[in-house]
Amino acid sequence: MADFFYNTNLGIFLLVTGEALLVIVLLLVALAFLMYADRKIWAAVQMRKGPNIVGVFGLLQSFADFIKYIVKEIIVPAGADKPVYFLAPMITLVFPLIVWAVIPFNEGWVVSDMNVGILYIMAASSLVVYGVIMGGWASNSKYAFLGALRSAAQMISYEVSIGLIIIGVILSTGSLNLSDIVHAQDGKYGFFSWYWLPQLPMVVLFFVSALAETNRPPFDLPEAESELVAGYQVEYSSTPFLLFMIGELTEVVFMCALISVLFFGGWLSPIPGLPDGILWMIAKMAFFFFLFSMVKAITPRYRYDQLMRLGWKVFLPFSLGWVVFVAFAAQFGWFGGAYARWAVGG
Amino acid sequence: MAQIDWTRATKYFLLWDFMVGFKLGMKYFFRPKATLNYPHEKGYLSPRFRGEHALRRYPNGEERCIACKLCEAICPAQAITIDAEPREDGSRRTTRYDIDMTKCIYCGFCQEACPVDAIVEGPNFEFATETREELFYDKEKLLENGEIWEAEIARNLEMDAPYR
Repeated sequence: MADFFYNTNLGIFLLVTGEALLVIVLLLVALAFLMYADRKIWAAVQMRKGPNIVGVFGLLQSFADFIKYIVKEIIVPAGADKPVYFLAPMITLVFPLIVWAVIPFNEGWVVSDMNVGILYIMAASSLVVYGVIMGGWASNSKYAFLGALRSAAQMISYEVSIGLIIIGVILSTGSLNLSDIVHAQDGKYGFFSWYWLPQLPMVVLFFVSALAETNRPPFDLPEAESELVAGYQVEYSSTPFLLFMIGELTEVVFMCALISVLFFGGWLSPIPGLPDGILWMIAKMAFFFFLFSMVKAITPRYRYDQLMRLGWKVFLPFSLGWVVFVAFAAQFGWFGGAYARWAVGG
Repeated sequence: MAQIDWTRATKYFLLWDFMVGFKLGMKYFFRPKATLNYPHEKGYLSPRFRGEHALRRYPNGEERCIACKLCEAICPAQAITIDAEPREDGSRRTTRYDIDMTKCIYCGFCQEACPVDAIVEGPNFEFATETREELFYDKEKLLENGEIWEAEIARNLEMDAPYR
Protein backbone atom coordinates (compact mmCIF):
# COMPACT_ATOMS: atom_id res chain seq x y z
CA MET A 1 0.00 0.00 0.00
CA ALA A 2 2.70 2.46 0.95
CA ASP A 3 4.56 1.38 -2.16
CA PHE A 4 1.55 2.32 -4.33
CA PHE A 5 1.34 5.82 -2.82
CA TYR A 6 5.05 6.58 -2.87
CA ASN A 7 6.26 4.93 -6.07
CA THR A 8 3.54 4.96 -8.74
CA ASN A 9 2.49 8.12 -10.58
CA LEU A 10 -1.19 7.55 -9.90
CA GLY A 11 -0.48 6.91 -6.24
CA ILE A 12 1.51 10.12 -5.85
CA PHE A 13 -1.18 12.06 -7.70
CA LEU A 14 -3.90 10.68 -5.42
CA LEU A 15 -1.81 11.32 -2.33
CA VAL A 16 -1.09 14.95 -3.21
CA THR A 17 -4.69 15.58 -4.25
CA GLY A 18 -5.87 14.10 -0.98
CA GLU A 19 -3.47 16.25 1.03
CA ALA A 20 -4.48 19.40 -0.84
CA LEU A 21 -8.19 18.64 -0.39
CA LEU A 22 -7.68 17.98 3.31
CA VAL A 23 -5.90 21.30 3.81
CA ILE A 24 -8.45 23.26 1.77
CA VAL A 25 -11.51 21.69 3.37
CA LEU A 26 -10.20 22.11 6.91
CA LEU A 27 -9.14 25.64 6.07
CA LEU A 28 -12.52 26.63 4.65
CA VAL A 29 -14.37 25.18 7.63
CA ALA A 30 -12.00 27.02 9.94
CA LEU A 31 -12.61 30.19 7.94
CA ALA A 32 -16.34 29.98 8.63
CA PHE A 33 -15.65 30.02 12.36
CA LEU A 34 -12.94 32.66 12.05
CA MET A 35 -15.40 34.91 10.24
CA TYR A 36 -17.74 34.41 13.18
CA ALA A 37 -14.93 35.04 15.67
CA ASP A 38 -13.99 38.21 13.81
CA ARG A 39 -17.54 39.54 14.09
CA LYS A 40 -17.84 38.51 17.73
CA ILE A 41 -14.57 40.22 18.70
CA TRP A 42 -15.52 43.33 16.82
CA ALA A 43 -18.92 43.31 18.49
CA ALA A 44 -17.50 42.74 21.97
CA VAL A 45 -15.21 45.77 21.73
CA GLN A 46 -18.23 47.87 20.76
CA MET A 47 -20.27 46.35 23.63
CA ARG A 48 -22.57 44.57 21.21
CA LYS A 49 -23.50 40.89 21.30
CA GLY A 50 -22.69 40.06 17.69
CA PRO A 51 -24.31 37.15 15.87
CA ASN A 52 -26.13 34.99 18.44
CA ILE A 53 -29.24 33.60 16.75
CA VAL A 54 -28.15 30.88 14.30
CA GLY A 55 -27.03 27.80 16.21
CA VAL A 56 -25.61 27.75 19.74
CA PHE A 57 -24.13 31.22 20.45
CA GLY A 58 -24.62 31.93 16.75
CA LEU A 59 -21.84 29.51 15.81
CA LEU A 60 -23.56 28.56 12.56
CA GLN A 61 -23.96 32.18 11.42
CA SER A 62 -21.29 31.85 8.73
CA PHE A 63 -22.98 28.80 7.26
CA ALA A 64 -26.30 30.63 7.17
CA ASP A 65 -24.55 33.51 5.42
CA PHE A 66 -22.99 31.06 3.01
CA ILE A 67 -26.39 29.69 2.02
CA LYS A 68 -27.75 33.21 1.76
CA TYR A 69 -24.98 34.22 -0.63
CA ILE A 70 -25.24 31.24 -2.95
CA VAL A 71 -29.03 31.41 -3.36
CA LYS A 72 -28.99 35.11 -4.25
CA GLU A 73 -29.22 36.35 -7.80
CA ILE A 74 -26.01 36.97 -9.72
CA ILE A 75 -26.26 40.43 -11.21
CA VAL A 76 -23.93 41.36 -14.06
CA PRO A 77 -23.77 45.10 -14.65
CA ALA A 78 -24.56 46.42 -18.12
CA GLY A 79 -21.37 46.87 -20.13
CA ALA A 80 -19.39 44.53 -17.87
CA ASP A 81 -16.64 42.45 -19.44
CA LYS A 82 -18.22 39.11 -18.62
CA PRO A 83 -15.29 36.65 -18.75
CA VAL A 84 -13.03 38.99 -16.78
CA TYR A 85 -15.88 39.86 -14.44
CA PHE A 86 -16.24 36.22 -13.41
CA LEU A 87 -12.54 35.42 -13.56
CA ALA A 88 -11.68 38.10 -10.98
CA PRO A 89 -13.34 36.50 -7.91
CA MET A 90 -11.93 33.11 -8.87
CA ILE A 91 -8.40 34.55 -8.97
CA THR A 92 -8.98 36.27 -5.65
CA LEU A 93 -10.00 32.97 -4.09
CA VAL A 94 -7.59 30.57 -5.79
CA PHE A 95 -4.28 32.40 -5.21
CA PRO A 96 -4.70 32.83 -1.44
CA LEU A 97 -5.64 29.12 -1.33
CA ILE A 98 -2.69 27.74 -3.30
CA VAL A 99 -0.09 29.45 -1.12
CA TRP A 100 -1.15 27.16 1.73
CA ALA A 101 0.66 24.36 -0.08
CA VAL A 102 4.00 25.44 1.39
CA ILE A 103 2.88 26.30 4.93
CA PRO A 104 4.22 23.66 7.34
CA PHE A 105 1.66 22.92 10.05
CA ASN A 106 3.89 20.47 11.84
CA GLU A 107 7.18 18.62 11.35
CA GLY A 108 6.74 17.32 7.79
CA TRP A 109 3.04 18.23 7.62
CA VAL A 110 3.22 20.23 4.44
CA VAL A 111 1.66 19.56 1.05
CA SER A 112 4.74 20.65 -0.89
CA ASP A 113 8.02 20.95 1.01
CA MET A 114 9.65 22.94 -1.77
CA ASN A 115 12.97 24.71 -1.43
CA VAL A 116 11.71 27.95 -2.97
CA GLY A 117 8.70 28.19 -0.63
CA ILE A 118 9.09 31.91 0.09
CA LEU A 119 9.53 32.70 -3.59
CA TYR A 120 6.39 30.72 -4.36
CA ILE A 121 4.47 32.63 -1.69
CA MET A 122 5.65 36.00 -3.00
CA ALA A 123 4.78 35.02 -6.57
CA ALA A 124 1.33 33.67 -5.80
CA SER A 125 0.29 36.39 -3.38
CA SER A 126 1.44 39.07 -5.84
CA LEU A 127 -1.05 37.67 -8.34
CA VAL A 128 -3.97 38.30 -5.97
CA VAL A 129 -3.81 41.94 -6.99
CA TYR A 130 -4.88 40.89 -10.49
CA GLY A 131 -8.20 39.68 -9.10
CA VAL A 132 -8.75 43.08 -7.54
CA ILE A 133 -7.77 45.05 -10.65
CA MET A 134 -9.79 42.81 -12.96
CA GLY A 135 -12.83 42.98 -10.71
CA GLY A 136 -12.71 46.75 -10.61
CA TRP A 137 -12.08 47.11 -14.33
CA ALA A 138 -14.63 44.58 -15.56
CA SER A 139 -17.44 45.98 -13.41
CA ASN A 140 -17.75 49.04 -15.68
CA SER A 141 -18.33 51.27 -12.67
CA LYS A 142 -16.26 54.26 -11.62
CA TYR A 143 -16.51 53.46 -7.91
CA ALA A 144 -15.35 49.91 -8.40
CA PHE A 145 -12.56 51.17 -10.63
CA LEU A 146 -11.39 53.77 -8.11
CA GLY A 147 -11.43 51.13 -5.39
CA ALA A 148 -9.43 48.76 -7.55
CA LEU A 149 -6.83 51.42 -8.34
CA ARG A 150 -6.41 52.27 -4.68
CA SER A 151 -6.20 48.64 -3.74
CA ALA A 152 -3.65 47.77 -6.41
CA ALA A 153 -1.37 50.67 -5.52
CA GLN A 154 -1.64 49.80 -1.84
CA MET A 155 -0.96 46.10 -2.23
CA ILE A 156 2.02 46.67 -4.52
CA SER A 157 3.51 49.28 -2.16
CA TYR A 158 3.34 47.07 0.88
CA GLU A 159 4.48 43.95 -0.93
CA VAL A 160 7.83 45.70 -1.37
CA SER A 161 8.35 46.08 2.37
CA ILE A 162 6.97 42.59 3.09
CA GLY A 163 9.50 41.19 0.62
CA LEU A 164 12.39 43.08 2.21
CA ILE A 165 11.37 41.99 5.70
CA ILE A 166 11.25 38.38 4.58
CA ILE A 167 14.73 38.80 3.05
CA GLY A 168 15.96 39.60 6.57
CA VAL A 169 14.61 36.27 7.76
CA ILE A 170 15.97 34.24 4.89
CA LEU A 171 19.41 35.88 5.25
CA SER A 172 19.45 34.63 8.83
CA THR A 173 18.26 31.19 7.85
CA GLY A 174 20.09 30.70 4.58
CA SER A 175 17.09 28.92 3.10
CA LEU A 176 13.83 29.75 1.32
CA ASN A 177 12.21 26.59 2.66
CA LEU A 178 9.61 27.36 5.33
CA SER A 179 10.30 24.15 7.23
CA ASP A 180 13.99 25.09 7.37
CA ILE A 181 13.05 28.53 8.64
CA VAL A 182 11.16 26.91 11.50
CA HIS A 183 13.99 24.48 12.20
CA ALA A 184 16.44 27.39 12.37
CA GLN A 185 14.37 28.87 15.19
CA ASP A 186 14.55 25.69 17.24
CA GLY A 187 16.81 26.45 20.20
CA LYS A 188 17.24 25.71 23.86
CA TYR A 189 15.57 28.95 24.97
CA GLY A 190 12.13 28.11 23.53
CA PHE A 191 10.16 31.31 23.08
CA PHE A 192 13.31 33.42 23.11
CA SER A 193 15.15 31.50 20.40
CA TRP A 194 12.57 32.43 17.79
CA TYR A 195 13.19 35.08 15.18
CA TRP A 196 10.88 37.67 16.73
CA LEU A 197 13.60 38.70 19.19
CA PRO A 198 16.48 39.43 16.79
CA GLN A 199 14.05 40.69 14.14
CA LEU A 200 11.84 42.58 16.61
CA PRO A 201 11.24 45.85 14.74
CA MET A 202 10.52 43.89 11.58
CA VAL A 203 7.82 41.80 13.28
CA VAL A 204 5.82 44.97 13.89
CA LEU A 205 6.50 46.22 10.37
CA PHE A 206 5.47 42.86 8.95
CA PHE A 207 2.25 42.86 10.92
CA VAL A 208 1.33 46.36 9.78
CA SER A 209 2.30 45.56 6.20
CA ALA A 210 0.16 42.43 6.39
CA LEU A 211 -2.78 44.59 7.43
CA ALA A 212 -2.20 46.82 4.40
CA GLU A 213 -1.56 43.89 2.09
CA THR A 214 -4.85 42.22 3.00
CA ASN A 215 -6.86 45.47 2.87
CA ARG A 216 -7.82 45.17 6.50
CA PRO A 217 -8.61 48.19 8.65
CA PRO A 218 -6.96 50.65 9.26
CA PHE A 219 -5.86 50.31 5.64
CA ASP A 220 -9.22 49.29 4.16
CA LEU A 221 -9.25 52.26 1.79
CA PRO A 222 -10.20 50.20 -1.27
CA GLU A 223 -13.48 49.32 0.37
CA ALA A 224 -13.85 52.46 2.46
CA GLU A 225 -17.57 52.17 3.13
CA SER A 226 -18.18 55.86 3.60
CA GLU A 227 -16.63 56.80 0.25
CA LEU A 228 -16.62 53.87 -2.13
CA VAL A 229 -19.36 51.64 -0.67
CA ALA A 230 -17.35 48.44 -1.13
CA GLY A 231 -14.59 49.38 -3.56
CA TYR A 232 -13.87 46.89 -6.29
CA GLN A 233 -16.57 44.50 -4.98
CA VAL A 234 -19.37 47.01 -5.30
CA GLU A 235 -20.93 45.51 -8.44
CA TYR A 236 -20.63 41.92 -7.26
CA SER A 237 -23.41 39.89 -5.71
CA SER A 238 -24.14 36.32 -4.72
CA THR A 239 -21.42 33.69 -5.18
CA PRO A 240 -18.80 35.94 -6.87
CA PHE A 241 -19.03 38.29 -3.90
CA LEU A 242 -18.74 35.31 -1.56
CA LEU A 243 -15.58 34.24 -3.39
CA PHE A 244 -14.09 37.71 -2.90
CA MET A 245 -14.92 37.59 0.79
CA ILE A 246 -13.53 34.10 1.34
CA GLY A 247 -10.43 35.01 -0.68
CA GLU A 248 -9.72 38.07 1.44
CA LEU A 249 -10.25 36.18 4.68
CA THR A 250 -8.04 33.34 3.45
CA GLU A 251 -5.33 35.89 2.81
CA VAL A 252 -5.72 37.29 6.32
CA VAL A 253 -5.41 33.83 7.88
CA PHE A 254 -2.49 33.10 5.58
CA MET A 255 -0.73 36.21 6.84
CA CYS A 256 -1.31 34.97 10.40
CA ALA A 257 0.26 31.64 9.43
CA LEU A 258 3.18 33.39 7.74
CA ILE A 259 3.93 35.54 10.80
CA SER A 260 3.77 32.42 12.97
CA VAL A 261 6.18 30.54 10.73
CA LEU A 262 8.63 33.35 9.99
CA PHE A 263 8.92 34.99 13.40
CA PHE A 264 7.20 32.84 15.99
CA GLY A 265 8.59 29.40 15.36
CA GLY A 266 5.70 27.68 13.57
CA TRP A 267 4.89 24.45 15.35
CA LEU A 268 7.67 24.84 17.98
CA SER A 269 6.71 24.92 21.62
CA PRO A 270 7.40 28.22 23.42
CA ILE A 271 8.43 26.47 26.64
CA PRO A 272 11.47 24.19 26.46
CA GLY A 273 10.43 20.68 27.45
CA LEU A 274 6.85 20.79 26.22
CA PRO A 275 6.29 18.78 23.03
CA ASP A 276 6.15 20.64 19.71
CA GLY A 277 3.12 20.10 17.51
CA ILE A 278 0.36 21.41 15.32
CA LEU A 279 -1.54 22.77 18.35
CA TRP A 280 1.13 25.42 18.86
CA MET A 281 0.87 26.45 15.22
CA ILE A 282 -2.92 26.74 15.50
CA ALA A 283 -2.66 28.64 18.78
CA LYS A 284 -0.21 31.12 17.25
CA MET A 285 -2.39 31.64 14.18
CA ALA A 286 -5.44 32.15 16.38
CA PHE A 287 -3.56 34.69 18.46
CA PHE A 288 -2.53 36.71 15.42
CA PHE A 289 -6.03 36.50 14.03
CA PHE A 290 -7.25 37.94 17.31
CA LEU A 291 -4.78 40.80 16.89
CA PHE A 292 -6.02 41.37 13.33
CA SER A 293 -9.58 41.57 14.64
CA MET A 294 -8.67 43.87 17.50
CA VAL A 295 -6.86 46.22 15.12
CA LYS A 296 -10.02 46.34 13.04
CA ALA A 297 -11.99 47.30 16.12
CA ILE A 298 -9.68 49.93 17.60
CA THR A 299 -8.09 51.87 14.75
CA PRO A 300 -9.53 54.65 12.60
CA ARG A 301 -8.96 54.45 8.86
CA TYR A 302 -5.79 55.97 7.39
CA ARG A 303 -5.97 58.68 4.79
CA TYR A 304 -4.64 57.62 1.41
CA ASP A 305 -1.61 59.94 1.42
CA GLN A 306 -0.78 58.79 4.96
CA LEU A 307 -0.92 55.20 3.79
CA MET A 308 1.44 55.88 0.91
CA ARG A 309 3.77 57.95 3.10
CA LEU A 310 3.94 55.16 5.66
CA GLY A 311 4.63 52.57 2.99
CA TRP A 312 7.29 54.37 0.98
CA LYS A 313 8.86 56.84 3.41
CA VAL A 314 8.89 54.81 6.62
CA PHE A 315 8.58 51.09 5.93
CA LEU A 316 10.68 50.90 2.79
CA PRO A 317 13.81 52.71 4.12
CA PHE A 318 13.51 50.92 7.43
CA SER A 319 13.24 47.45 6.00
CA LEU A 320 15.94 48.20 3.43
CA GLY A 321 18.28 49.35 6.19
CA TRP A 322 17.39 46.28 8.18
CA VAL A 323 18.34 43.99 5.31
CA VAL A 324 21.79 45.65 5.21
CA PHE A 325 22.12 45.33 8.99
CA VAL A 326 21.08 41.67 9.00
CA ALA A 327 23.48 40.93 6.15
CA PHE A 328 26.41 42.32 8.19
CA ALA A 329 25.23 40.74 11.44
CA ALA A 330 24.87 37.37 9.77
CA GLN A 331 28.16 37.52 7.90
CA PHE A 332 30.28 38.56 10.91
CA GLY A 333 28.32 36.61 13.52
CA TRP A 334 27.39 39.62 15.66
CA PHE A 335 25.21 39.22 18.78
CA GLY A 336 26.43 35.70 19.42
CA GLY A 337 25.29 34.48 16.01
CA ALA A 338 21.65 35.40 16.62
CA TYR A 339 21.39 36.43 12.98
CA ALA A 340 23.36 33.55 11.52
CA ARG A 341 21.50 30.27 11.92
CA TRP A 342 22.21 28.71 8.61
CA ALA A 343 20.36 25.48 8.33
CA VAL A 344 21.84 24.50 5.00
CA GLY A 345 25.42 25.29 4.03
CA GLY A 346 26.64 28.67 5.26
CA MET B 1 17.53 72.85 11.55
CA ALA B 2 14.06 71.78 12.36
CA GLN B 3 13.32 70.79 15.92
CA ILE B 4 12.50 67.12 16.38
CA ASP B 5 9.82 66.33 18.93
CA TRP B 6 11.49 63.29 20.46
CA THR B 7 8.55 62.33 22.66
CA ARG B 8 6.25 62.27 19.68
CA ALA B 9 8.77 60.40 17.53
CA THR B 10 9.32 57.76 20.22
CA LYS B 11 5.60 57.28 20.67
CA TYR B 12 5.22 56.98 16.90
CA PHE B 13 7.84 54.27 16.57
CA LEU B 14 6.71 52.35 19.65
CA LEU B 15 3.14 52.34 18.32
CA TRP B 16 2.12 53.98 21.57
CA ASP B 17 -1.33 55.02 20.33
CA PHE B 18 -1.94 51.48 19.19
CA MET B 19 -1.06 50.10 22.64
CA VAL B 20 -3.37 52.56 24.37
CA GLY B 21 -6.12 51.78 21.89
CA PHE B 22 -5.63 48.06 22.42
CA LYS B 23 -5.86 48.48 26.19
CA LEU B 24 -9.04 50.50 25.85
CA GLY B 25 -10.43 47.94 23.42
CA MET B 26 -9.78 45.12 25.86
CA LYS B 27 -11.41 47.14 28.66
CA TYR B 28 -14.62 47.37 26.65
CA PHE B 29 -14.24 43.78 25.45
CA PHE B 30 -15.24 42.47 28.89
CA ARG B 31 -17.87 45.10 29.66
CA PRO B 32 -21.52 43.98 29.88
CA LYS B 33 -23.19 44.17 26.48
CA ALA B 34 -25.58 46.99 25.72
CA THR B 35 -27.52 44.97 23.13
CA LEU B 36 -31.24 44.21 23.57
CA ASN B 37 -32.31 40.94 21.94
CA TYR B 38 -35.00 42.88 20.14
CA PRO B 39 -37.85 40.54 19.28
CA HIS B 40 -37.52 38.92 22.72
CA GLU B 41 -36.56 41.97 24.76
CA LYS B 42 -37.97 45.42 24.17
CA GLY B 43 -36.96 48.84 25.32
CA TYR B 44 -39.07 51.11 27.53
CA LEU B 45 -41.65 53.28 25.77
CA SER B 46 -42.73 56.66 27.13
CA PRO B 47 -46.47 57.22 27.68
CA ARG B 48 -46.09 59.93 25.05
CA PHE B 49 -44.82 57.50 22.44
CA ARG B 50 -46.51 58.13 19.11
CA GLY B 51 -47.06 54.87 17.30
CA GLU B 52 -49.89 53.35 15.31
CA HIS B 53 -53.19 55.27 15.29
CA ALA B 54 -56.40 54.08 16.90
CA LEU B 55 -59.97 55.40 17.12
CA ARG B 56 -61.42 55.03 20.60
CA ARG B 57 -64.93 54.38 21.89
CA TYR B 58 -66.72 55.43 25.07
CA PRO B 59 -67.17 52.69 27.67
CA ASN B 60 -70.79 52.28 26.52
CA GLY B 61 -69.59 51.40 23.03
CA GLU B 62 -70.38 54.73 21.36
CA GLU B 63 -67.73 56.12 19.02
CA ARG B 64 -65.93 59.12 20.43
CA CYS B 65 -65.35 60.78 17.06
CA ILE B 66 -67.82 63.57 16.33
CA ALA B 67 -66.49 64.36 12.86
CA CYS B 68 -65.25 67.86 13.73
CA LYS B 69 -62.43 67.32 11.18
CA LEU B 70 -59.89 69.21 13.32
CA CYS B 71 -57.43 66.36 12.84
CA GLU B 72 -57.91 66.47 9.09
CA ALA B 73 -57.35 70.22 9.15
CA ILE B 74 -54.19 70.14 11.27
CA CYS B 75 -52.55 67.12 9.66
CA PRO B 76 -49.37 68.55 8.10
CA ALA B 77 -48.98 65.57 5.81
CA GLN B 78 -52.66 65.64 4.79
CA ALA B 79 -52.85 61.95 5.54
CA ILE B 80 -56.37 62.02 7.04
CA THR B 81 -59.58 62.01 4.97
CA ILE B 82 -62.99 62.33 6.69
CA ASP B 83 -66.56 62.29 5.33
CA ALA B 84 -69.46 62.88 7.69
CA GLU B 85 -73.29 62.68 7.70
CA PRO B 86 -75.96 62.90 10.41
CA ARG B 87 -76.89 59.48 11.73
CA GLU B 88 -80.57 58.30 12.10
CA ASP B 89 -80.68 59.60 15.69
CA GLY B 90 -79.47 62.99 14.47
CA SER B 91 -75.93 62.84 15.89
CA ARG B 92 -73.06 63.81 13.66
CA ARG B 93 -70.76 60.87 12.85
CA THR B 94 -68.11 59.96 10.31
CA THR B 95 -69.00 57.74 7.40
CA ARG B 96 -65.39 57.56 6.33
CA TYR B 97 -62.21 57.99 8.36
CA ASP B 98 -59.07 57.08 6.40
CA ILE B 99 -55.45 57.52 7.40
CA ASP B 100 -52.78 56.96 4.82
CA MET B 101 -50.03 55.55 7.07
CA THR B 102 -47.47 55.97 4.31
CA LYS B 103 -48.04 59.72 4.37
CA CYS B 104 -48.31 60.07 8.15
CA ILE B 105 -45.27 61.58 9.84
CA TYR B 106 -46.34 60.57 13.36
CA CYS B 107 -46.26 64.18 14.63
CA GLY B 108 -49.18 63.58 17.00
CA PHE B 109 -51.02 66.78 15.99
CA CYS B 110 -54.25 64.83 15.33
CA GLN B 111 -54.19 63.57 18.89
CA GLU B 112 -53.51 67.09 20.18
CA ALA B 113 -56.31 68.58 18.09
CA CYS B 114 -58.97 66.05 19.01
CA PRO B 115 -61.45 67.56 21.49
CA VAL B 116 -62.86 64.16 22.55
CA ASP B 117 -59.67 62.02 22.64
CA ALA B 118 -61.02 59.92 19.79
CA ILE B 119 -57.98 59.66 17.50
CA VAL B 120 -54.85 58.74 19.44
CA GLU B 121 -51.42 57.37 18.62
CA GLY B 122 -50.96 54.15 20.55
CA PRO B 123 -47.83 52.37 21.77
CA ASN B 124 -47.72 49.88 18.88
CA PHE B 125 -44.84 50.35 16.43
CA GLU B 126 -44.74 46.87 14.93
CA PHE B 127 -47.30 47.20 12.16
CA ALA B 128 -45.13 46.65 9.11
CA THR B 129 -46.96 45.12 6.16
CA GLU B 130 -45.98 43.30 3.02
CA THR B 131 -47.97 45.53 0.66
CA ARG B 132 -48.45 49.27 0.49
CA GLU B 133 -52.23 48.93 0.29
CA GLU B 134 -52.41 47.40 3.75
CA LEU B 135 -51.11 50.69 5.15
CA PHE B 136 -54.13 52.68 3.89
CA TYR B 137 -56.12 52.41 7.12
CA ASP B 138 -59.90 52.88 7.10
CA LYS B 139 -62.33 53.54 9.92
CA GLU B 140 -62.95 49.86 10.57
CA LYS B 141 -59.24 49.13 10.98
CA LEU B 142 -58.74 52.15 13.25
CA LEU B 143 -61.66 51.19 15.50
CA GLU B 144 -60.31 47.65 15.66
CA ASN B 145 -56.92 49.05 16.77
CA GLY B 146 -58.80 51.00 19.42
CA GLU B 147 -60.30 47.80 20.78
CA ILE B 148 -56.96 45.98 20.79
CA TRP B 149 -54.93 48.72 22.45
CA GLU B 150 -57.58 50.46 24.59
CA ALA B 151 -56.13 49.35 27.93
CA GLU B 152 -52.63 50.63 27.19
CA ILE B 153 -53.86 53.79 25.47
CA ALA B 154 -56.06 54.67 28.46
CA ARG B 155 -53.20 54.05 30.87
CA ASN B 156 -50.80 56.17 28.79
CA LEU B 157 -53.31 59.03 28.53
CA GLU B 158 -53.83 58.93 32.26
CA MET B 159 -50.07 58.94 32.97
CA ASP B 160 -49.52 61.85 30.61
CA ALA B 161 -52.58 63.85 31.77
CA PRO B 162 -50.77 65.86 34.51
CA TYR B 163 -48.41 67.33 31.92
CA ARG B 164 -51.07 68.49 29.45
